[in-house]
Amino acid sequence: MVQTAADKATREVFGPTLAKLCREGLDIVCVDADLGYSTSAVKFGQEFPERFFAVGVAEQNMIGVAAGLASCGKVAFCSSFAVFAPGHCFDQLRMAVAQPGTNVKLFASHAGVVTGEDGASAEALEDLALMLSMPTFNVLFPADAVECEQAIEAAARTDGPFYIRAMRPKTPIIFDESYRFELGVWPVLREGKDVTLIACGELVKAALDAAEALSGQGVEARVLNASSLRPFDKDALLAAARETGAIVTAEDHFIHGGLGGLVAAALAAAAPTPVDFVGMERYGTSGTWKQLLEHFDLTPEAITRAAGNAVSRKSRSA
Amino acid sequence: MAQAPASNAELEEVARRVRRNIVRMTHAAKSGHPGGSLSSVEILTALYFRVMRHDPENPTWPDRDRFVMSKGHATPLLYATLHEAGYIDEADLLTFRGLGSKLQGHTVMGKPPGVEMSAGALGMGLSFSLGAALAGRLDGRDYHVYCLLSDGDSQEGQTWEAAMAAAHHSAGNLTAIIDRNHIQNDGYSDYQRFEGDGDPPDRPGGWVLPDGHTANIMNLEPFDEKWRAFGWDTRRIKGHDFDAITAALQEAREDNGQPAAIICETTKGKGVSYMENNPDFHGKAPDDEQLAQALRELGFED
Repeated sequence: MVQTAADKATREVFGPTLAKLCREGLDIVCVDADLGYSTSAVKFGQEFPERFFAVGVAEQNMIGVAAGLASCGKVAFCSSFAVFAPGHCFDQLRMAVAQPGTNVKLFASHAGVVTGEDGASAEALEDLALMLSMPTFNVLFPADAVECEQAIEAAARTDGPFYIRAMRPKTPIIFDESYRFELGVWPVLREGKDVTLIACGELVKAALDAAEALSGQGVEARVLNASSLRPFDKDALLAAARETGAIVTAEDHFIHGGLGGLVAAALAAAAPTPVDFVGMERYGTSGTWKQLLEHFDLTPEAITRAAGNAVSRKSRSA
Repeated sequence: MAQAPASNAELEEVARRVRRNIVRMTHAAKSGHPGGSLSSVEILTALYFRVMRHDPENPTWPDRDRFVMSKGHATPLLYATLHEAGYIDEADLLTFRGLGSKLQGHTVMGKPPGVEMSAGALGMGLSFSLGAALAGRLDGRDYHVYCLLSDGDSQEGQTWEAAMAAAHHSAGNLTAIIDRNHIQNDGYSDYQRFEGDGDPPDRPGGWVLPDGHTANIMNLEPFDEKWRAFGWDTRRIKGHDFDAITAALQEAREDNGQPAAIICETTKGKGVSYMENNPDFHGKAPDDEQLAQALRELGFED
């Protein structure tokens, strides 16, 4: 886990990974709603034009066409921005994909407040809540481009509905090529006994930085990468609760309905544990992505403070 | 699967039995959608017994023609037709809408085998059908995809997204069949069905009639011109006439590089006098007495 590579947006690996998998023999098609340049789907379309179907700015139709292709045996990917898909097409995702379990994979870029300058309307903060509300959808939010490529491959090779959340800005690469994404596993990125920091997306890096800072204060934090939101790693979560006694979640999404809600519900049922939440609680605004992370308190410092809160509640209840 | 060509008299007998089961199933379930089921009986009978290539012994045959029912509430029609075609046992029909039944109130993909798509929220069938048509072309298969839509389906924006895309992709292996019965959940789609074919009334929008039905919910006309403008090879036919339906479906099957739209002028509730052109039976089942009357009118004792 040494940062060596140049920063890279998770969305940049989408089209190239589809092309690689198609070359390897997977029966992949891709339906596109006029954002293929931004999601990098065009990289697939350039190499496999007969397998790339443009439908114009029509996300509902995109999902329906993908479901029809999937019903005939295709591994049917589609992509857009997260505000448009699932934003425009929840009903289509529910009835044509989630309920029958069609082999449709939605890759949604420009998620979260880090979308930046485009402002509040462009910053999807509800998409995980929508997608997690449907129990048959696998929901992934990779932390960097290395993991994103592996998540796309896992989705392509696993039958059934997938949602993969991706981001606009070039964010740091935190994994090297030895990293292995595994569906339903929250890998331990750093060991610790005092508190567990559970993060997804670009805030995994912030959680690692927070753990370093906490170590300087004598608090050893475990860090879990919750890139697989469904299936989620209940064993890793309960072990963290048992072994560290305090939890912090961190996400670039509304806490309610996102990772925070998921962790709180799982712990409430199986292992009540002090939890503190870092995430969005109001709509975003324009700015650079780094400014916005500061503005909305999605920082290593915020995670460090949250860890202090969770740990202090642990000692009170002990 | 090769099919012996059925005569019109044979098709009429199938249609009569399908109508019988539509009223029996909705009566037994005490709910369901008989009106829009009865209006499309001849369309499905012609498809399954004269036009489509399909095999009830192998419902997932990759080369089968696909029938996608976008108007997912017309399950009594689909299940009764699939029964006649050999996909569903008679004993299952009267379990319709019950707990544990294979036959849910709205279609569920693959349940039972032969049902191509989940539907019930309107407007989604044409997109799905286009996807199946594009897959067929990609795979070099010569099957045809038929999608049945309703007046309500034609008001959903997604239908027109799909219409635009199908022409854009030259999906000549796709046919949309619109059951144009002019009646939907709350009442009349347009003013013609209760004011005749004269000039539109001098008032805009929809309004509520004294009996509580809504009039002029959303006028689809000029309907042919809409489909043509979207790039579809379009015709309008009498939707209960087997010769007209057959001719239109066979012409539509020719892949001329254009998707085909067949607007079928139909009568909602066709074949049961008190249901005909009556919005009340869009989503209401017949009671005991009404069932007996319907069966008598269809020429059955039970």
